[in-house]
Amino acid sequence: MNMQFRSGAQQDSASAIKTAIADCDIHPARATPSELYPFLAKRWHEHLATYGKHAYQGMMEGPPYPKAQPNASRRDAYPPKGGPQGSSLSFMQKQLLDPHNVALGVLNPLNTGQGIRNHDLSAALATAINDWQIEKWTSKDSRLKGSIVVENEDGPTAAAEIRKRAGDRNFVQVLLLSRNVEPLGQRRYWPIYEAAQEAGLPVGVHAFGFGGNPITASGWPSYYIEEMVGHSQCQQTALASIVLEGVLEKFPKLKMVMIEAGFGWAPSLAWRLDKVWAKLRSEVPHVKRPPSEYIKDNIWWTTQPMEDPERREHLFQVIEWVGWDKLLFATDYPHWDFDEPSRVLRPGVSDANREAFYLGNAKKLYGV
Amino acid sequence: MTAPIAGGVDCDLHPAVPHLTSLLPYMNDYWRDQVTTRGMTDLLSQSYPTNSPITGRADWRPAKGKPGESVDDLVKQALDPFKTAFGILNPLYGVQLVFSEDMADAFCRALNDWLVKEWLDKDARLRGSIVIPVQSVEKSVVEIERCAKDKRFVQVLMLVSGDMPLGKRHYWPIYATCERLGLPVGVHAGSNYHNPPTSVGWGSYHIEDYVAQAQAFQTQMTSLIVEGVFAKHPNLKMVMLESGFTWLPSYLWRLHKFWRGVRMETPWVDRPPAEIVRSNIRFSLQPVDAPSEPETLNRLFDQLQSDELLLFSTDYPHWQFDGESALPEGLSAGLVHKIMIDNPHATYARLTDSVAKETTP
Repeated sequence: MNMQFRSGAQQDSASAIKTAIADCDIHPARATPSELYPFLAKRWHEHLATYGKHAYQGMMEGPPYPKAQPNASRRDAYPPKGGPQGSSLSFMQKQLLDPHNVALGVLNPLNTGQGIRNHDLSAALATAINDWQIEKWTSKDSRLKGSIVVENEDGPTAAAEIRKRAGDRNFVQVLLLSRNVEPLGQRRYWPIYEAAQEAGLPVGVHAFGFGGNPITASGWPSYYIEEMVGHSQCQQTALASIVLEGVLEKFPKLKMVMIEAGFGWAPSLAWRLDKVWAKLRSEVPHVKRPPSEYIKDNIWWTTQPMEDPERREHLFQVIEWVGWDKLLFATDYPHWDFDEPSRVLRPGVSDANREAFYLGNAKKLYGV
Repeated sequence: MTAPIAGGVDCDLHPAVPHLTSLLPYMNDYWRDQVTTRGMTDLLSQSYPTNSPITGRADWRPAKGKPGESVDDLVKQALDPFKTAFGILNPLYGVQLVFSEDMADAFCRALNDWLVKEWLDKDARLRGSIVIPVQSVEKSVVEIERCAKDKRFVQVLMLVSGDMPLGKRHYWPIYATCERLGLPVGVHAGSNYHNPPTSVGWGSYHIEDYVAQAQAFQTQMTSLIVEGVFAKHPNLKMVMLESGFTWLPSYLWRLHKFWRGVRMETPWVDRPPAEIVRSNIRFSLQPVDAPSEPETLNRLFDQLQSDELLLFSTDYPHWQFDGESALPEGLSAGLVHKIMIDNPHATYARLTDSVAKETTP
């Protein structure tokens, strides 16, 4: 829900959150670009100043589709002492963690080293952002846990970063984005899955990213809203690729989290996969079970932006299929499409499901 | 199985062009010479490999040749068993895949003329879709106007994945022409492969391309809605063909939520997206991507909140169902009538035009 446009009349306080919650999608930001420099070799300071990040998109600064708000973030989330939204721990504590009783907050840093064409730079930035997460966030507030950012296009380098961090309880998952040079089921990404499974870490796939492919199979659309909605289609295709290329057959203990891409589409995608697989399975003999089974067993979903049908039973019908044990509550703080914890789950949910949705599933999955 | 009723309209039938050489009689000397001199091969699209199980149902495959090649087979296997009153032919020959707009234009003209002679003239129940050289809007408009004189053409056909998103203003003259002539735009599964076949790149397998059609339809619906195609052309109808429809409710929930959030970006979208879909967009019935138990499907129909969206289709000769169970379990008699008769006639205004003409002295 949009914090700028939402009127008081639409709010309901019937289900205010009194108990602790997990927030499985928080975006920490750097106050200034140079905040990363202590964690980066000198050559990269000069390189960045001279050439920038050389991403898989055309803009040197800012996104190709201008966001609806500065930094796609809430206007009330600017820290009083300056810097962009999400860049101050003390303000995040005050605005998000304390009032909403967040017991576990999972950090998903964006605008890092992913989606960059210079692979050495990408690897250096990934390592730096991981060190920065410990230094600035997780070591300062034990409620916060990091995500291991990796050089997504170079499997062996990414695997080495994962193995380096394995066992470090500052981190609870490996972070990928949905859009890469190839669909996420491709073999080039398998070293990432192998290392994550070995370390017992879930792989979170957050909507977004750049890999050079247009965000539709018909090229580039015109508007920001098309990019926003389109993340869901990218995520569907990435998940189809993961299942059909055999990732979950090869790494059966791998747990994956679909972050910020919705979950309402999960049943229809699974039904389509099952139906088509029944006819075309001779092409993919490595997919041994109906695709829906891999999805039900190995996939978790963060909730924000929660699908919002007119009639709430429609949403509950979808959740019944996905499983109340597979949803992880998330706000997406400090982004503009923040889901307010007390208003997300409308009345009519059992206490056990409510607890699982807000906290239990996340604690179990992330072992916290 | 839910029994079909007589007099229905099958909105998605696929006649196969036996070979590129079959179109030679419909090309001018220059293009006949180009095809032969350059040794051009058959225009088979990766979207439907001839021998893939999905391209032709086993019991609908001829002893030799491509599934869907014979009018007699189509009549016997797709029209007669369902007592179909009208069948709309959507040729999926790879004429849109070429990169030259001149070549595409020549091939589309040949394909449309071939359809008239080899199909429409052979059975009075058959209706056609006009295949257009989409790369050139100017040539597309000319071809639509040329073919539309024959009232048996009831629709214009485009592929769901092409050079640009379908809502782009570039295409609007095509939509203006269609609206003026009462021709719905049918958007069929398939790509011209001028872009990667999915929004995250190239997958390894045919099955990935096929599954990704559903996502391609979703992004095209977003494009058509937010660019304002239906605000500009309120009487234009679009039909999503072989798109699946079980993704529609959750897709609209998401689009609606973001539209509420950022509608200042596209202020001409002055109605909720679901309302635009209900007034202007329709979907062919097959494939039904849902489990076979009726409760699930009826829940989906409830989520759609409309009984006017679906149009009967067998998707012949593609393999979407077995036997004659084109209608999924558990549909009410009223809904069957809507899907098979009322909704197609409300969508395709020209369906009965040529019939009326024949009976007028």
